[in-house]
Amino acid sequence: MSVRVGEAAQAPDFPAAAKDLLANAQLRKNVRHATDVITNKRAKVVVEMSDWQALRESGHRIKEHVLRHLDYYLDQFEAACTAAGGRVHWARDADEANRIIVEILHTHKASEVIKVKTMTSDEIGLNAALESAGIQPQETDLADLIVQLGNDKPSHIVVPALHRNKTEIRRLFLEKMNLSELGDRPEDLAEAARRYLREKFLRVKFAISGANFAIAETGSVCVVESEGNGRMCVSLPEVLITLVGIEKVIPKFQDLEVFLQLLPRSATGERMNPYNSIWTGLTPGDGPREFHVVLLDNGRTNVLADEHSRETLDCIRCGACLNACPVYRQTGGLAYGSVYAGPIGAILTPQLQSMEHSQSLPYASSLCGACYEVCPVKINIPEILIHLRSKLVQNGDPPISERLAMKGASFALSNSHRFSAAQKLARIGQKPFERNGTIRKLPGTLAGWTESRDLPAIPAESFREWWARRQKSKL
Amino acid sequence: MLVSLFITCYNDTLFPETGRAVVTLLERLGHTVEFRQAQTCCGQMHYNTGYQRETFPMMRRFLDVFEDAEIVCIPSSSCVAMIRDHYPKMAAETGNRAICERVDELLPRVFEFTELLIDKLGVTDVLASFPHSVTLHPSCHSLRSLHLGQRPRRLLQKVHGLKLIDLPESDQCCGFGGTFAVKNADVSVAMLSDKVRCVLDTGAEICTAVDNSCLMHIQGALSRHGTGVRCMHIAEILAATDSGEYE
Amino acid sequence: MVGKASKIKAMSDARAEIFEKIRRSTGSAGGLREAEYEMIPREYRQSPTLDVQTRLNLFVDRLHDYGASVHRCRETAIRETIAQALLERGKRGLLIPDNLPHEWLPDSFTFQRDKGLSFHEIDQSEGVLTGCAIAIAATGTIVLRHSPGEGRRALTLIPDYHLCVVFEYQVVETVAEGIREMEKLKTVPITTVSGPSATSDIEMTRIKGVHGPRILDVILARPLTAE
Repeated sequence: MSVRVGEAAQAPDFPAAAKDLLANAQLRKNVRHATDVITNKRAKVVVEMSDWQALRESGHRIKEHVLRHLDYYLDQFEAACTAAGGRVHWARDADEANRIIVEILHTHKASEVIKVKTMTSDEIGLNAALESAGIQPQETDLADLIVQLGNDKPSHIVVPALHRNKTEIRRLFLEKMNLSELGDRPEDLAEAARRYLREKFLRVKFAISGANFAIAETGSVCVVESEGNGRMCVSLPEVLITLVGIEKVIPKFQDLEVFLQLLPRSATGERMNPYNSIWTGLTPGDGPREFHVVLLDNGRTNVLADEHSRETLDCIRCGACLNACPVYRQTGGLAYGSVYAGPIGAILTPQLQSMEHSQSLPYASSLCGACYEVCPVKINIPEILIHLRSKLVQNGDPPISERLAMKGASFALSNSHRFSAAQKLARIGQKPFERNGTIRKLPGTLAGWTESRDLPAIPAESFREWWARRQKSKL
Repeated sequence: MLVSLFITCYNDTLFPETGRAVVTLLERLGHTVEFRQAQTCCGQMHYNTGYQRETFPMMRRFLDVFEDAEIVCIPSSSCVAMIRDHYPKMAAETGNRAICERVDELLPRVFEFTELLIDKLGVTDVLASFPHSVTLHPSCHSLRSLHLGQRPRRLLQKVHGLKLIDLPESDQCCGFGGTFAVKNADVSVAMLSDKVRCVLDTGAEICTAVDNSCLMHIQGALSRHGTGVRCMHIAEILAATDSGEYE
Repeated sequence: MVGKASKIKAMSDARAEIFEKIRRSTGSAGGLREAEYEMIPREYRQSPTLDVQTRLNLFVDRLHDYGASVHRCRETAIRETIAQALLERGKRGLLIPDNLPHEWLPDSFTFQRDKGLSFHEIDQSEGVLTGCAIAIAATGTIVLRHSPGEGRRALTLIPDYHLCVVFEYQVVETVAEGIREMEKLKTVPITTVSGPSATSDIEMTRIKGVHGPRILDVILARPLTAE
């Protein structure tokens, strides 16, 4: 069994990837604009909810409860879904999920399949697997379509093409959709996508979706969306395959009343997103004739195993933490090297991979706490980041120089005499670098600081020295 | 009231004037200040970088030093956040009930400097005078961990002669984040540039905060670019009077 | 067929392995599950606070926010109001679910009942007229359970225009009430519709109408009993 999260294992370290992206002024402008718009919209519709904190608490507690009884709720979901005519499959990892989906489609001799936005399918690299099996996947979410046509990577959980502006998108559509003319208003571009996809919606008999929620009690699946492409995919084709991470299960139908309030306001700043589809197995005369659910582990049980960071799996993929994150707002999502970007990506991606890859991600945060504040299910992301850092330290991951420095500092700081001595030593040590109370250039690790920032020099008298002198003079 | 000052390691070493200001102000308000020489550091840098094992001796030391203190005053919100948010969990990790109890008993007596003034001492007007234009950077820990809210503002608004100018995008992090500033220097500097642009847009002479860590970061850029704008801890502003500088 | 047998084995292996890993991670807290679920705090708003008129006005406001047109009328005037809505939109006729009340249908327009239309036939239409199951004022949401009178899912999805009749008594105030109403028939397909289809994927500009209906009009009808 091998867990794979997109191409995260091969991605460059966050600082290196970020450096390149920071140099791309257009991309930073696009990201800044998009995150500003969503952040403001979200703030407006959250502030009008006097019971927002109560909803967050309930969301958090429901998820916590589900994870503690995950075996029970998955079993219940499987039984209910099967009883309603669905077929449930289990996949330990990405390859197994891809194999199951390809086999279902091969049985029907499918050559084309339409897809509605599923980050999970990006996680397992489904499109590549389908293509190499001779099946053409067609993304239908507008942003996913933009990413697919541009052979690009998603950079945001909710708005995957937010790093592209309309001029770039127009150029892409003109070329890939074989159009001779096309306006440059967002409306023109959406209209082009509508025309391009409509024929496929009406013709293609196979579809793949993700799921926002899988309801254990009823075996139902809920897909939350805006454009109507989700409704097209889940209700028009003859065969529907729904890929669901095992953490997406919720106990009861009624729990939707919590999540359907939290999710749209957090994700797109809407009181309610245009469409929610909820269906249970098969319904004669309405919708698919064959319905498969693929329940995916792919490292989720690794995350579950650590009680300190288990709540990472509470995530409902709203993307609010990305929009609020000052690091994400500078770099955009591509720097994270994973389909899961931003603060949630920084904790989810390395954990799914048992902390064996993407080790720079837990450090990609200033721990400012903005992510925790906006998280609709109260995932304490800063705390989990710190926990993951400590795991990396325990594994001996950081360079030896850092570990020695930290040990030395801890030794010095655990005793006030040693600390005073260290202060005096540093005061002498800084002499070659200090000028008029300022340090403008330092070697080694701190060079990263002084490259663009000054440091204050250590003054001649520390506070404790001043205090001692003062006490003496009072005697 | 007898106030025991936990100055914190970096204020002790790099910003002794902040500690002197705290002493001056509290004594002016009629309180007695003590400084216990055995104190060192809260352990935040180690903890946040993932060196939890190395943090324990510092937590122990903090408990040993301040256990019997009436009130502990800390002029750094991030150190208070470290103590308040993480010591209970660290104590629980040890599985040692005695340590957990010691933490639980001490915590209610630990105050951030502006918290102490407003919540414990009940003052907002500290009879300060500071005839300068000032903008306030609400540091992340003060905002989202300690929930200081309007406290620093309320204190500054009462300062005679002080012109308080709103900082645009004030809730955005300055990009310091401890070792983040070095490990992710490029992103940190990009965040700092935005913060400095906002500070300069206010036209204020002084940028203040309840944390010298953020101020050191912001000052690092203000100084490098020769802007002439200065950073000052809020205690130094509140300690200032007409009769001039404090000790 | 060795292939099939080994496939079945792989599947049951996968299931067993996943469950084994879950149980190893979470231990077994089984017996307390139901009590624990009941203990989950739910301090959020669950019951209505507004009077009837305020609730209905809120619903109308929310629909306007989404850019939907709203016509209010008495139950006895549904027919005329539908005619008026169609005139305003320049429609000559619409598709209707097989069981839509005949008395709603104004003369001088053509209505085609869905007795198994193909998707292409639905796509050729000028729009669709349906009723709904319930509606939620706080979010301007219309809930379709695709029962008789609401049409199968494709019928309200493929056309470019959706005209929906909502009775005042169908409008609840909060999302929680709405979900509890839906729960009464929770295993039928459910679609919630809040305004026309939309996207903000291009530079965060909200555009109405991508793949679902681009125009949603609502007739909010006051039943005789409310007079």
